[in-house]
Amino acid sequence: MIEILGIPSSALFGQLLLGLINGSFYALLSLGLAVIFGMLNIINFSHGAQYMMGAFVAFLLLQYLDIGYWAALVIVPVVVGITGILIEKCFLRWLYQLDHLYGLLLTFGLALVIEGIFRNYFGASGLPYRVPESLQGGQNLGFMFLPNYRAWVIAFSLVICFATWFVIERTKLGSYLRAATENPTLVRAFGINVPRMITLTYGFGVGLAGLAGVMAAPIYNVSPQMGSDLIIVVFAVVVIGGMGSIMGAILTGFGLGIIEGLTKVFFPEASNTVIFVIMVIVLLIRPAGLFGRAA
Amino acid sequence: MQPVTGILKAPPHATFAVSETLAFAIMIAALLVAPFYIYPVFLMKALCFALFACAFNLLIGYVGLLSFGHALFFGWAAYVAAHAAKVWGLTPELAVLAGTAVGAGLGFVTGALAIRRQGIYFAMITLALAQMMYFFALRMNFTGGEDGIQAVPRGRLFGVIDLSNQMAMYGFVLVVFLAAFLLIYRIIHSPFGEVLKAIRENETRAISLGYKTDRYKLIAFVLSATLAGLAGSVKAIVFQLASLTDVHWTMSGEVVLMTLVGGLGTVFGPVVGAIIIVAMQTYLAEFGQWVTVIQGCIFIACVLLFRRGIIGELAHLLRIRL
Amino acid sequence: MNVVYKKAPALGPKSGRNAMKRLLTVAVLSAVFASGPAFAQVNVKIGVLTDMSSLYADIGGPGSVAAAKMAIADFTAEHKDIKVELVVGDHQNKPDVGANIAGQWYDVDKVDMIIDTPNSGVALAVSQVANQKNKIYIVSGAATSDLTGAKCNANTIHWSYDTWMLANGTGKAMVRTGGDTWFFLTADYAFGQSLERDTSAVVEANGGKVLGKVRHPLNTNDFSSFLLQAQASKAKVIGLANAGGDTINSIKQASEFGIVKGGQSLAGLLVFASDVAALGLPTAQGLVLTETWYWDMNDANRAWTKRWQQERPGKYPTMIHAGVYSGILHYLKAIEALKGPKDGKTEVAKMKEMPTDDILFGKGTIRADGRKIHPAYLFEVKKPEESKYPGDFYKLRATIPADEAFRPLKDGNCPLVSG
Repeated sequence: MIEILGIPSSALFGQLLLGLINGSFYALLSLGLAVIFGMLNIINFSHGAQYMMGAFVAFLLLQYLDIGYWAALVIVPVVVGITGILIEKCFLRWLYQLDHLYGLLLTFGLALVIEGIFRNYFGASGLPYRVPESLQGGQNLGFMFLPNYRAWVIAFSLVICFATWFVIERTKLGSYLRAATENPTLVRAFGINVPRMITLTYGFGVGLAGLAGVMAAPIYNVSPQMGSDLIIVVFAVVVIGGMGSIMGAILTGFGLGIIEGLTKVFFPEASNTVIFVIMVIVLLIRPAGLFGRAA
Repeated sequence: MQPVTGILKAPPHATFAVSETLAFAIMIAALLVAPFYIYPVFLMKALCFALFACAFNLLIGYVGLLSFGHALFFGWAAYVAAHAAKVWGLTPELAVLAGTAVGAGLGFVTGALAIRRQGIYFAMITLALAQMMYFFALRMNFTGGEDGIQAVPRGRLFGVIDLSNQMAMYGFVLVVFLAAFLLIYRIIHSPFGEVLKAIRENETRAISLGYKTDRYKLIAFVLSATLAGLAGSVKAIVFQLASLTDVHWTMSGEVVLMTLVGGLGTVFGPVVGAIIIVAMQTYLAEFGQWVTVIQGCIFIACVLLFRRGIIGELAHLLRIRL
Repeated sequence: MNVVYKKAPALGPKSGRNAMKRLLTVAVLSAVFASGPAFAQVNVKIGVLTDMSSLYADIGGPGSVAAAKMAIADFTAEHKDIKVELVVGDHQNKPDVGANIAGQWYDVDKVDMIIDTPNSGVALAVSQVANQKNKIYIVSGAATSDLTGAKCNANTIHWSYDTWMLANGTGKAMVRTGGDTWFFLTADYAFGQSLERDTSAVVEANGGKVLGKVRHPLNTNDFSSFLLQAQASKAKVIGLANAGGDTINSIKQASEFGIVKGGQSLAGLLVFASDVAALGLPTAQGLVLTETWYWDMNDANRAWTKRWQQERPGKYPTMIHAGVYSGILHYLKAIEALKGPKDGKTEVAKMKEMPTDDILFGKGTIRADGRKIHPAYLFEVKKPEESKYPGDFYKLRATIPADEAFRPLKDGNCPLVSG
């Protein structure tokens, strides 16, 4: 058994793999935040609450409509995305002429409202949601027992992240989006419906949060608080990555997940602060973030 | 960069307005009379938070920097003051000084890091740093973790005045509040304050005029953090308790709410906002589960409709300065 | 905070004519003895200070309020000369909010007794307030054994359970039934650490061995790496020294990693029936835990639960709710004996003097340090196929008699206990 720094290599690889799983959630969520910020210049503080909504809608679908996990994977992002579109149309569109900070404050208020309402109706204890039948059990990889569901999480989020990146960076629709971010007036002059693109972009970003919520439901406790502490870590991830690029958000998310996983092995008590510490270091060395463009 | 509009634009004004002096007189009179009619502990809580909100407002209203991590200074100063009074046995005024000094120190370190970025990033960095310090507070023995530091003695002010007498305690809190309030007022209406407002309006122009804006921003940040620390230290002595609530990010959110409701960039706005929010929390305690939702709705309503806040709207209506 | 549930003395389930007769008799006698103190109306105000909205809303919260209402109704049905008013407050798990409400209640709102507070930090703060203002405070919800230990005072009584009992109950009983090697998953803060320390001591004192431990930050989402370490240790028992969402997450993910199926037992050091309901039996099966009251243990408990569920449909009462009921009943008995509310120390002394007896906990006593004594029970969560009806969560594995269940009086360092 090869030992690295006193830990058997098998345990290390196991923890790295587990770190990738956390990284998947960080990547999905920071991707959503980056997409929304790129287009709307708004920090969506309610991202955590929308992630939580995704998990709850999945639970409700199962509980009342007997709709299982696989259908939920498709339905939930759409449902949550639609609520996002409603939010954009009712609240956010009034803020585009104002200082960006108002967007932060509004979405903060929204987060409080959403979380409070869910907590009042569902209680704080959390609700049961099982891993779908087809993904139960796991593989004995020799160095660890990897539950099938966790392998699925990594694979699927990689697919989603790559697909999003591809659409934004390599397709015509994505080029319209990127152009509209840089110069909305000019793009409108070309006849492209920019306000509708903005609405749909917000809906898409929120839908991504909802998707992350569905994926989290079987393994994390489905409770109204599940998003609020997570979102602050995702903010730190976004600051580290810099909001300049989509690829940056994805890579930073996965990378930090792995680093956090390693911390859990060598120094478990620090595992929830390591990302913040890294943020401080990055701020000192490269204030614009690892992949960001200097403002 | 999109143009800056909304409340963060300066109204034209002279230096010491009559309206402000009048409002100040009314405020002092009300605060002197109030403890005979209203539960003094509630008033002291309102005053501590009013001070906290005023400190926060210095940063957002006059420099245009939204800090989402002010609970860091408030809470850690509270811990240090509580520890100083309980474990080191310092008299209350020394304990408060100790806490305030810690607030200043933390403000310097945080400010130095956060000032490197602007706007949204600044807010997110302050939030993340505050969250990191929250996790430290959770683990450390010094803070008492989940239980907090309890049974903090009120002590004898200057070794003479026994602060377990509610009225004596109230007097101390009132004096501290008024002194800090006047200090903030003086800062705002000074050449230093004018430079801060210039930075808020158009930082590039201020730089082109030769001002080292980063240094000004840092000083303002440290001042804001110090006064927030003062508020936290006093609160720890009044309630004889310093706990995790004081360093949690929801506390940062609450001070933003208070300032928003009262009026960003007005002198009296944060005071009014703090009193309203504290009153709401106390008297709606029976609807405890709905308080967060109500606060969220108030946030949304203020951002969409009431951007000037209560005092701001009042000042706008009467065309005076408050 | 000022929701008032005024309860008029009930006249009992008699027929109309009998009721009239009784009313007439009472009226006549009252008129005759109007000046006599024996029939004077005694007014008592009780405050349920609990977590209505967040983490502990299910183990305390509205369920505690329901239990309180039941206790008041049952007592005033028998004793018509006592009028009880109930107020409810939400401490939101914040010690300063709790201390604030307690101070206001005692000072301004003339509340005589405060009960519940699930949250040790809040309980310690309120205990201080009660001591300063010389009022009585009964803790049914919080866990810390410091309330009857180093931080005890003459105004506080600790009901239902505490950390020492949990550590001792689960630790000792598990070791004796074969679980003699342990690995701890500990929440890295004072409560988790003390739970781990107390349980380790009990395990080792009973011949077991602690093979290792890992400390995780509070409110961790992902326990996979910690569970992996626990699995690798091959300990027979994995002790979960955490609470609330952390416990639920650990159990859920342990099920995902097949820990219980692989032969290791999970011992939840602080788990309530409501947590088991939240997890569902397929996930929680095999979990071992200690409680002092379970709704399905006997007919009296079942009948009481049915009444309770009229206010809380679909939920199951916990030992905290039972403690609120039991505590209020005993308090009111003491008030009756004292002929009205007195200062806190007098009331507490009376409650310690009188032995307790109610339908939920049976006969018991309150010790000099404020600790209420009753037996504890080691439960195991049933497998889904063993559960015959909704709410059928536990099977009883062992009973710990009352004189062994709680920390011995001399070990607590309580200043009230001489010697």
